[in-house]
Amino acid sequence: MERFIGKYWPVFVLPTLASFAIGFLAPFAMGLYLSFCDFTTISDAVFTGLDNYVRAFSDASGAFLHSLWYTALFALLSTVVINVFGLGVALLLNRRLPGRDLYRTVLFLPNLIGGIVLGWLWQVIFNGLLNPYGVTVVTGEWYGFWGLMLIMLWQQAGYMMIIYLSGIATIPEELGEAAGIDGASPWQTFWHVTLPMLRPSVTICTFLTLTNGFKLFDQNLALTGGMPSGRSELLALNIYNTFYGRAGWEGAGQAKAVVFCAIVVGIALLQLRLTRRGEVEA
Amino acid sequence: MKKNRTAHSTADRLLSIAMGLLSLVYVYPFFMVLINSFKKKIYISRMPFALPDERTFAGIVNYQTGIQRTDFLMAILWSTVITVLSVGAILLFTSMCAWYLNRVRNRATRLLYRLFILSMVVPFQMVMFTLSKIANLLGLNTPVGIVPVYLGFGAGLAVFLFYGYMQSCPVAMEESAMIDGAKPLRVFFSVVLPILQPCFVSVGILQAMWIWNDYLLPYLVLDLKRYKTIPIAVQYLKGGYGSVDMGAMMAMLVLAILPIVAVYLLCQKYIVSGVMAGAVKG
Repeated sequence: MERFIGKYWPVFVLPTLASFAIGFLAPFAMGLYLSFCDFTTISDAVFTGLDNYVRAFSDASGAFLHSLWYTALFALLSTVVINVFGLGVALLLNRRLPGRDLYRTVLFLPNLIGGIVLGWLWQVIFNGLLNPYGVTVVTGEWYGFWGLMLIMLWQQAGYMMIIYLSGIATIPEELGEAAGIDGASPWQTFWHVTLPMLRPSVTICTFLTLTNGFKLFDQNLALTGGMPSGRSELLALNIYNTFYGRAGWEGAGQAKAVVFCAIVVGIALLQLRLTRRGEVEA
Repeated sequence: MKKNRTAHSTADRLLSIAMGLLSLVYVYPFFMVLINSFKKKIYISRMPFALPDERTFAGIVNYQTGIQRTDFLMAILWSTVITVLSVGAILLFTSMCAWYLNRVRNRATRLLYRLFILSMVVPFQMVMFTLSKIANLLGLNTPVGIVPVYLGFGAGLAVFLFYGYMQSCPVAMEESAMIDGAKPLRVFFSVVLPILQPCFVSVGILQAMWIWNDYLLPYLVLDLKRYKTIPIAVQYLKGGYGSVDMGAMMAMLVLAILPIVAVYLLCQKYIVSGVMAGAVKG
């Protein structure tokens, strides 16, 4: 088999590999290198060591550090909120309720719509609700924070519900019945039988919501655009504005992007280890 | 026993009503954007929750302004062209690539597979600056030119899903086809491709959802004077100075959401199961 198709790699691998080189490998390697350089475009780079990293963190307004913890807090909180709600809805819609399929369809729908569209749509709702109190969604950084939280909850809970439902479907029904016969309350059954069995789904869903929270950009751009004065900027938007909103800061922007990338890859590796450990235990 | 069952179904009916109310809350934002798209723009921020009446009704003016200002109909066309071509290229080339990587195991293929996995987790901001410069240099700023960029950046997830699916497909059929004298390309298209069908659906849906809604990549790569996608057209309404024609915005949001809802209702079964298959492996 190997000898037979081995020499056919120009047909099978080359189109993808060439595009991968243009779309990922070259930009990634150059981005890594440029984070140690002073540059305004890719051809005028001068090596400057760690200067960009120092600049990124010592930004006078503290904008990067602010967006770091603002984003971390957002990602953690949204992970908890979305998963508790998504799992709760999945448990309820796993029962044979009248109209169950319709409800599942509706709850999944927002997930298909793009972040830019959702950001503008919710901006009107939030501003309509806040209007009587004389404030808007960009009056302070926490209005945008909770606004984004609500958008992400509304958008992603249905997706997580689908994953949890497929997880619940793999749990044998006798398990719950046996627990019931042994005198366990529904709460105990959930806590000691259902939840441990759902561990793989929980790992996937927390990973997805956590990385989505960290990577969030479109909704942020459309809902608040970072206002007031950059205080509601999540990491991705802060990096974008550093690149394209401030002349001479391209290097610092690239350094921030490398830090951002390291955080997200770190989370992914952690998740991988947790999954592996779960498999060994099971 | 009988009494127990009726009690149970009453609880379920109450639960069903509660879920129905939740579903109404879920679809309310769509309803709100629809009614506002027919209101005169000054009434949208002032009273976003009221139905249009004789005083506030604007007819289809908002749709006319919005379409004119953003060239929205062309944006729908370009979004469609880019999504169809990119998803087509991704399905064809990455499935071939994944087959080769799976069946030919050596140091190079293993390294390449690892790099594909890495590209799945790396946030776009890490490569956005260098990628947009490279794409510009290579003249990839058209709806056709952007296809290799999407193929490159989307290859990670696609290769990963195809590769995982092939892991469980026996090699015996392929080998016997080869012994019968079929060339590798023929083996791939007549033996492997039919087996991959369910995986094609799920990869295709995940990639289409991403590319259709993607904002930043096309915004940075495309020649914006000539080509806009739907998310770019929506964000374009904001303009440079912050004042937004909310009437036109509401109308364009409706036009952006309608096609997605239509496709979802038509192919709901494939979309939900495609997302499920993709998520469980991711």
